[in-house]
Amino acid sequence: MQAHALEHEHGHGAPSGLMRWVTTTNHKDIGTLYLWFAAVMFLLAGSMAMAIRAELFQPGLQLVSPDFFNQLTTLHGLIMVFGVIMPAMTGFANWQVPLMIGAPDMAFPRMNNWSFWILPAAAILLVISLFLPGGAAAAGWTLYPPLFIQGGISYDLTIFAIHILGASSIMGSLNIITTILNMRAPGMTLMKMPLFVWTWLITAFLLIAVMPVLAGAVTMLLTDRNFDTHFFNAAGGGDPVLFQHVFWFFGHPEVYILILPAFGIVSQIIPTFARKPLFGYASMVYATASIAILSFLVWAHHMFTVGMPAVGQLYFMYATMLIAVPTGVKVFNWVATMWRGSLTFETPMLFAIAFVALFTIGGFTGLVLAMAPVDIQLHDTYYVVAHFHYVLVSGALFAIYAGVYYWLPKWTGHMYNETLGKWHFWLSMISFNVLFFPQHFLGLAGMPRRIPDYAVQFTEFNMISSIGGFVFGASQILMLIVVLQCIRGGRKAEAKPWEGAQGLEWTVPSPAPYHTFETPPVVK
Amino acid sequence: MSTSVAQANRVLLRRLSLLALAMFGFGFALVPLYDVLCDITGLNRGDIQALARNTQVDYSRPVRVDLVASVPQGVPMRLTAPSRPVTAHPGELVQTEFVLENLSDRPLIAQAIPSYDPPLMAKYFKKIECFCFREQRLAPGERRTMPLMFVLDQAMPAGLPTIAMAYTMYESPSAPKR
Repeated sequence: MQAHALEHEHGHGAPSGLMRWVTTTNHKDIGTLYLWFAAVMFLLAGSMAMAIRAELFQPGLQLVSPDFFNQLTTLHGLIMVFGVIMPAMTGFANWQVPLMIGAPDMAFPRMNNWSFWILPAAAILLVISLFLPGGAAAAGWTLYPPLFIQGGISYDLTIFAIHILGASSIMGSLNIITTILNMRAPGMTLMKMPLFVWTWLITAFLLIAVMPVLAGAVTMLLTDRNFDTHFFNAAGGGDPVLFQHVFWFFGHPEVYILILPAFGIVSQIIPTFARKPLFGYASMVYATASIAILSFLVWAHHMFTVGMPAVGQLYFMYATMLIAVPTGVKVFNWVATMWRGSLTFETPMLFAIAFVALFTIGGFTGLVLAMAPVDIQLHDTYYVVAHFHYVLVSGALFAIYAGVYYWLPKWTGHMYNETLGKWHFWLSMISFNVLFFPQHFLGLAGMPRRIPDYAVQFTEFNMISSIGGFVFGASQILMLIVVLQCIRGGRKAEAKPWEGAQGLEWTVPSPAPYHTFETPPVVK
Repeated sequence: MSTSVAQANRVLLRRLSLLALAMFGFGFALVPLYDVLCDITGLNRGDIQALARNTQVDYSRPVRVDLVASVPQGVPMRLTAPSRPVTAHPGELVQTEFVLENLSDRPLIAQAIPSYDPPLMAKYFKKIECFCFREQRLAPGERRTMPLMFVLDQAMPAGLPTIAMAYTMYESPSAPKR
């Protein structure tokens, strides 16, 4: 009878006004909210990055105090990871997973509404912490004690923000797993699911496994700070290194949480524009699962310098290198999908190809850092900064761009401006490399990260990097313009705007109606 | 959504929530788990990292250290030194305790001043932790046990089988101001 009532209530289109967005339980509305939240947070954390690059334009202290610089790097990292990439990927999941598996909505629509609407609270906590006495948390996004235990009230707010962000991710993951496992259209077996759905299923399991561990770790920080526990306080018999172990038990799976949905998006886009089915679908699924399992076994490669016995270093070194095998399988499959395909180079495909090339560079520098003796030299230098920006910006973020351009016609019913989209791609691609490639050299030469000043011999590469940074930042405004234009109008998009696209989402009209697949489609 | 799917969804939600709860507990379980792991492998045990093992100890030279405590006349405090002399080897970390009592019914602020015999030992007597580093604020009638940790520098001259260090506990001149 509940089903009957729902059908009756949902007989009409989208309600209007602000309350539509606050009370919505529609997966498409919530997906849109997630994506816009990520966009706003991206501009915020991006402007922090601009301030960082402006300060680093030349040696010496010019624009910001060292303490504020530390707050900028901390908030930039925290917001980009928890406020941009993760919500954007969840936005994609909300929009696309029901459309791709032929489900009418997510499994728990009301919980879905909650998992979005607690996010702004976390964002507000992080932002107001900037204006409290002592400023925002300045101990780095990794929150290491003892520094993190010594800060002021804003450090507690940061902990609460992480609790909220974690709760949101866990609720989102519960929803996504249940939707995928229980609500697929008849005939949609697990091994017929689009790869984006597979990667999100695995990501959601990772999230449920590790976000609670992070919640535990920051709770221990909270009680150490306020209730005289000594988990990480050496004076009370605790151990600050313990935090690093617990944090990276979360942190390494977390980096795959950020990248696996990106793998999924790219695995949808490359076959479309190569007009060939994805090469090695089953091996892609198994590779994704292997990466997820291995991610639990390599955490201490983030902490080779804490004084680990040689046996430990060797284990973590080899285990880390092992991850290159399933990742290599994926890169091989993407290239093999393009091999002898009828390629066309629309903006989503350009971003997807850039993803494959640049993410692979980031993967290779990851292999370099996996070598314990090399890592001890490069630890906490700009080489590490370059490495993780190659995997997170040209990896996760470029995949998000690719996905936005790819599905924008389905979401808005209009084609975006292809010329401007290509401008956005080329400006981003070139300026990204100008921004981050020199940072490899800076790191190899020994420039430490998270420091507002540097020795004069690093000046030229920092200037080049900053110029790249400003161009990259400005280019993203272009994307905002393309998206806004596309929402307001443009050439009408067909139900299947891309010739080679496959999948259930292209069987519904563009824009996708407010309610889709109320009668499940049948998959052959 | 049919009732059977909604039912299956609720069951799965319950199981996954339990998994999330269990992982929250696992985060805390990591604390003792790491301790156990360190015990089994012998990694990262505190005494190995302590200064005493990092320094080369000259066990061929036992030095008797007489610790003496006194309080000037008229100051209502009692400072008690360890009752037995301490035997220390140069380079070895030595830990002992003094006891301070406030015999009056008012709060006291006290400061200990050391002196050495022979006086040149001041150079070789390396204190790691000492109650003389800071003022001691005592409530009326309070009794306090205070640590002293020191290392005798290996460079100390030979031929000194016995040395002495005396603490005199003064009432701090800053006391009347507060």
